Amino acid sequence: MTIPTFISWIPVGLLLVTSIGLLLSRDWRWNLGFLAAQYLGMFWLVTFHWPFGLASIKLVTGWMATATLGVTRLEMGDTPTEPESTQMPQGRFFRLLAASIVAILVIASTPQVETIIPGISRPVIIGGLLLAGMGLLHLGLTAEVLRVILGLLTVMAGFELLYATVETSILLAGLLSIVNLGLALAGAYLMTAAPSEEAEEFE
Amino acid sequence: MNAPILWIFLPLALGGFLLLFRHERVLTILGGTSVLVLSLLAMLIPIDVALGSDAFSFKLAGSLNVLGRSFVLETADGPLLAILYGLAAMWFFGAESLGLARRLIPLGLAILSLLVAAIAVRPFLFAAVFIEIAVLLSVPMLLPPSQRPGRGILRYLIFQTLAVPFILLAGWLLTGLETSPGDVTLTIQSTAMLALGFAFLLAVFPFYTWIPMLMEESPPYLVGFLLWLLPQTTALFAMGFLDRYPFLRLSTELLDALRAAGLLMVISAGLWAMFQRHLGRLMGYAAVAETGFLLIALSLGTANGIQLVFLQIIPRGLGLAVWALSLSTIQSHTDTPRFSNVQGMARILPFASAGVVFANLSVAGFPLLAGFPVRMALLESLARQSLGLTLWLALGLLGLTVGAVRTLAVTTLSEAEAGWSSRETRTQFVLIALGVLALIVLGFFPQASQFLLKNLPALFENLGQ
Repeated sequence: MTIPTFISWIPVGLLLVTSIGLLLSRDWRWNLGFLAAQYLGMFWLVTFHWPFGLASIKLVTGWMATATLGVTRLEMGDTPTEPESTQMPQGRFFRLLAASIVAILVIASTPQVETIIPGISRPVIIGGLLLAGMGLLHLGLTAEVLRVILGLLTVMAGFELLYATVETSILLAGLLSIVNLGLALAGAYLMTAAPSEEAEEFE
Repeated sequence: MNAPILWIFLPLALGGFLLLFRHERVLTILGGTSVLVLSLLAMLIPIDVALGSDAFSFKLAGSLNVLGRSFVLETADGPLLAILYGLAAMWFFGAESLGLARRLIPLGLAILSLLVAAIAVRPFLFAAVFIEIAVLLSVPMLLPPSQRPGRGILRYLIFQTLAVPFILLAGWLLTGLETSPGDVTLTIQSTAMLALGFAFLLAVFPFYTWIPMLMEESPPYLVGFLLWLLPQTTALFAMGFLDRYPFLRLSTELLDALRAAGLLMVISAGLWAMFQRHLGRLMGYAAVAETGFLLIALSLGTANGIQLVFLQIIPRGLGLAVWALSLSTIQSHTDTPRFSNVQGMARILPFASAGVVFANLSVAGFPLLAGFPVRMALLESLARQSLGLTLWLALGLLGLTVGAVRTLAVTTLSEAEAGWSSRETRTQFVLIALGVLALIVLGFFPQASQFLLKNLPALFENLGQ
């Protein structure tokens, strides 16, 4: 199936917006919204290489993980939103700068990945690398449980996007779904184990 | 009957079933006995071999297909399963005396079965995903709902999860190398990716920071269980890669890198252990050093080196179990096992204090303890390749020994008039005493465990040939 070039770049744009949004937003509701949208973009790109039915596993799993985190966070009550820090290296400007460096690195390394994984479309490479890079950046900038889990889910989403082009095993798709759901459940468990501490941090 | 069902799916289901039980004693009896039976079965029933006469024949099939992929356990896996389940029984029986059976046994059984699945799954690189699922299951085991998560558990989760993409992608690249073996660039890329993946998974320097942190944050017994099981299984997984790809096992650069990483782990862990003032962190560094020993043995690139990897399994498992049990017993009598808090502890907990010191000395390769024959053989094999590196390894061992001596000094240091008593429970006393005795017996008679270990190299047909 030939996909018009401009359409295949729409999900990449979506992933760019959601991954940067995840990095910049301080509100957990926005974060989970960005995560859900991120899985939609990822699913869209996976359909370039996988049948629609199999690709939908990624979307359903991602949304289930998002719902798990959302319900848990909702149960914890409305703790104050994390205050925005203006100091380096936590400020919004710094994060945006770091995100743009990641984006530049992704664009620079795309041709090389194209030679390593032949037959893979450029939007999928950029989407996958972007998610993995932003996820790693996220992990490097935070020690908060929810954000760590969001970072890990983003890294995994980026990897799964790239790996989907080379491996179509149903067992592996199932196992990776278990890993994603497990990460969300582990995150939910860790969040509920620390409600008081997080509330203290935000005060 | 099918071996993967017996040693993977049955314990996994049993782990889930045991979550329903709340009574520590019942859990211990059910969980401990189950793994003991599984261990005995692994020792007695050969996999994939027809037993009995013409009238009645029985064969435990070694393969099971699931969604187009298979789980394969071979005859050579039998002793390994016997050791893993046997050592798990020891951990499970010890958990009750610390009030940790509810946290350890159901999830521990599930983790063990997932790690056995990691050994059995084909294609073998899927093992990375099974290890990750086991890691995720360990989170509720390590952290009770009432305790806030620290940095250690988050780092543990991050590092172990990051290993999955690297290993799976490296596996895919290696498959490409099978079709074009001369591609140097692909070789370098896949090896680098694989090395990074295993560095995360095995907590190789500098990715081991979570271990001492977690030892401070969580009960040492539960962390000890993971530190015994995870690196052991991961090492077998890594050996699978070396066995399958000749360019990996014949690469002198890779072997040099493994040796450097192993030595760096032993030396850095030894140095940290030398100046450590927290008994939990000290045990963490010893576990790091143990992984370093595994890497050094692998890096020898000889059949002898592979034998050494297997020779470490029992002393390592036993030493960590005794150490973790003893340390947890001490921790139940003090807030945190810092030197300032455990001063004179040997006067009230003599067996637990002795257990910590003996286990530490065993890891350090002190003569006539279980670790001694293995460390001696490792030093000797390394000395044949490089005397300088051997001295560095000895320095690491010295650091661990100094840690043990300092522990001994602190725990026995007390007011002159303080009397001696024993506040360990009877179960704790019996288990620690048996464990220390086993460490001594294995030091005197290392060949006692040979009947289990001698066929293990058959797991890897090419490695060390």
